[in-house]
Amino acid sequence: MSVGTVKEVQRRVHMTLQVNGEEIDVSFAPYKTLLEVLREDLGLTGTKHGCELGECGACAVLIDGEPLLSCLTLAVECAGRAIETIEGLAQGTQLHPLQEAFADLGGSQCGYCTPGAVMTAKALLDKEPSPTPQRIKEAMSGNICRCTGYQQIVESVERAAGCCRNAEREAT
Amino acid sequence: MMRLPWFKYCAPKSVAEAAHILAAEGRDAMLIAGGTDLLPNMKRRQQTPATLVSLREVPGLKDVVNGRGLTLGAGLTLNQVVNLPAVKDAYLALHQAAGQVASPHLRNMGTLGGNLCLDTRCLYYNQNEDWRRAIDFCMKCEGETCWVATSSKRCMAVSSTDTAPALIALGANVRLVSAAGEREIAVNDLYQNDGAEYLTRQPDEILTAVSLPDLAGWKSTYWKLRRRGSFDFPILGVAAAVRTAPDGTVLDARIVLGAVSSRPILTEAGGLLQGGKLSDEAIAAAGKKATSAAKPLDNTDLDLYWRKDVVSAFVGYALREIRGDDMSATRLRIMRQL
Repeated sequence: MSVGTVKEVQRRVHMTLQVNGEEIDVSFAPYKTLLEVLREDLGLTGTKHGCELGECGACAVLIDGEPLLSCLTLAVECAGRAIETIEGLAQGTQLHPLQEAFADLGGSQCGYCTPGAVMTAKALLDKEPSPTPQRIKEAMSGNICRCTGYQQIVESVERAAGCCRNAEREAT
Repeated sequence: MMRLPWFKYCAPKSVAEAAHILAAEGRDAMLIAGGTDLLPNMKRRQQTPATLVSLREVPGLKDVVNGRGLTLGAGLTLNQVVNLPAVKDAYLALHQAAGQVASPHLRNMGTLGGNLCLDTRCLYYNQNEDWRRAIDFCMKCEGETCWVATSSKRCMAVSSTDTAPALIALGANVRLVSAAGEREIAVNDLYQNDGAEYLTRQPDEILTAVSLPDLAGWKSTYWKLRRRGSFDFPILGVAAAVRTAPDGTVLDARIVLGAVSSRPILTEAGGLLQGGKLSDEAIAAAGKKATSAAKPLDNTDLDLYWRKDVVSAFVGYALREIRGDDMSATRLRIMRQL
């Protein structure tokens, strides 16, 4: 990574980002947020651009496994960190259990909050395979949804958690 | 779409290097840690530093030293603070306050030092640039007038940090490091009652650590009022810390209010409790005393008279919880916190 010195503003930053397991060379203006680089420079428009101010959770992605807001993350600070977006979730045509559950149970309606909500739920299930409904609500409390009333989202995460546990059991 | 303005970005590798850059760049430079407060302000052009000095690659700012008391690196994220058993066991008010800042995502990003330095907030300030230009800006940023109190000589923006009231109640200090040297001051002395110049921290100083004293024998708690239980700035915060004798006599008590002034207020209500028991009467008297210190204005959420009225109730919740009453149902109802 190379960034501007204290003496001058650098017009472009060239660096390698690790997105969904893939190393990608990218060049961007240094004021850009990770959200802007993902959508505008890498064409990964699954991550949604909501309030831009950290109030809605639509832009949530996983960085080193933690759900963070890409609209408040400087892209220049992302070198060497593992970034996961909604595009990395499905394996080919095989949906992730969270994607299936959100689709089947109405956890996704207009869909705008869905990528952020699904990624946040993935971070939860990666750490806690059997969360209680209360714990799901707490973990998802930064993801605002204006369609579902949240109940279907909580149900979707619960169903996905069950599917993930079953898959784990069958695999072992 | 709101873009960040241009800035020079530098990522020093040590506190000394960061301090050197701040000293050289002067007021045009700002520190960035989590970025959750600064970047929205930059997008709205409330703060437009020419240089951003990132603390991300500075080692040591996430250190936790558990000895006599506890020292927390200012670069710990709020969730890292929440998840420290040493904090939950001995400094419950800090655990509860940090756990109620914003949302889980923002707590994964925002730091302890950043929450202590959180910019003050006001309905006339936390708006986009066009909105603020339409009212000819305000005293806090680019303008002349405080639109909340037009005859006011000072900015009335509201201190909105959750962790500061808790840390003041817990008697914590902060370490400030600059190129010229370092100093340690009480968290209470970090603030002044001016919404524009709300910190006594100098622009070239870096808040590197928070040190908590050994509080054996103390109990503490933090209660927060906000519109949404899941995700909002406080419109009232009450932190209380009390040390009692084995028979329940109060030896020391500190009650601190947040979000009802331009700085956290260490009230005189704690002094009222000294020497007596935490009876319902004593708690009511402390609530009344604390209420008189609260100076909410019509520049944040909900009705300002109601916000002053509920100070007494919240001080009551806090003190009854410290007394040992089971307040979990009330805590869950008001704050969605177990």
